[in-house]
Amino acid sequence: MSYNGTAIVAMTGKNCVAIAADKRLGQQFLTVDMDFQKIFPITKKTYVGLPGLATDVQTLYKSNMYRLNEQRDIEPKAFAHMVSSTLYEKRFGPYYIEPIVAGLDKNNNPYICGMDLLGCMDVAHDFIVAGSADENLKGMCENLWEADLEPEDLFETISQALLNAVDRDALSGWGGVVHIITPNEVITRHLKARMD
Amino acid sequence: MDIQLGLAGKDFVILLADNQITNSILTIKHDEDKIYKLSEHVVMSVSGEPGDSSNFSEYILGNTVLYNIRNQHELSVDSCAKFTRKELANALRSRSPYQVNYLIGGYNTISQKPALYRIDYLASIAKVEFAAHGYASYFCYSIFDRMKKPDLTQDEALDILAACVNELTRRLVINHSSYTLKLVDSNGVRVINGEELLKRTSAK
Repeated sequence: MSYNGTAIVAMTGKNCVAIAADKRLGQQFLTVDMDFQKIFPITKKTYVGLPGLATDVQTLYKSNMYRLNEQRDIEPKAFAHMVSSTLYEKRFGPYYIEPIVAGLDKNNNPYICGMDLLGCMDVAHDFIVAGSADENLKGMCENLWEADLEPEDLFETISQALLNAVDRDALSGWGGVVHIITPNEVITRHLKARMD
Repeated sequence: MDIQLGLAGKDFVILLADNQITNSILTIKHDEDKIYKLSEHVVMSVSGEPGDSSNFSEYILGNTVLYNIRNQHELSVDSCAKFTRKELANALRSRSPYQVNYLIGGYNTISQKPALYRIDYLASIAKVEFAAHGYASYFCYSIFDRMKKPDLTQDEALDILAACVNELTRRLVINHSSYTLKLVDSNGVRVINGEELLKRTSAK
């Protein structure tokens, strides 16, 4: 889980959700790439963040894409259950990933869900954190998050939580990306961060 | 102790690999070419477990060549890299994973851009401007970071690789007497004389 280094966080707001990740790809303490994708769009209103072993990030994303050949959008809750089953299928030889699903359902209610590597789901009303900086993130979120934030305030909250968490983690950071999912649009912003 | 470096410039990619094959404390061979030419515009350098690296590389080479013959169309560098990753990732979860690291570089003749991919033995892939595997990475990433710039020319790229080789010669316990260099641009693959790079090194 901490071989490549990751920090991913999701938060709910008022009719909006946010998901953010760092950009580092490393091999233990060697940084290989500073623009590595860890959050993937599934539908217009559902995103998945895949923290953990980089090879499984790429494998799991592809295998979930393969299953989404229906000609309609999947609800975040249904998608989370699908990811969960995909993980449990590999119960005795797991993917080293702790996914986070974030999205708005058909009534535009926020849905965020975390999982362990076997697919045990954890649906939260506030925030979900995962990766090598998960403890740092949990502390930041615990202090910064409040209920019913508007999209711009949610962006500020999640960005500060991410940046300050990764600055105290040697294995994650090197820039960040934030997606704010609102009923009408998804706002994607890239964050500059400390490069050391 | 394999040395494997790669650098993407403005309109080209250069791969560098050492020529040694070792077994424990013995050097078996001094003139092995570890950079495979997959097609007219794609090269792939390999390091890792000796048996795995030749077996798996030849499998990739055979399949890309077969694709090119069957379809009368050259597989792009991006496709070659993704194909290699998929095969390596499938093998990773099988009973016989391959312990091999790759740098795949080339020139995409359609997008007219160079591309360099770094694939490690766990099959994680990253598209990068410069890359290294093994012990060389601990020496060379800092040199790349210091000397890289946008729109690198071929001459500047060779200067960077010369600086890397210079540092490796000075500080790495194992000395490598010769290197293979292959450059890919719109004209295809060109072998650069390793001796010339060593001359640059001694001139510094």
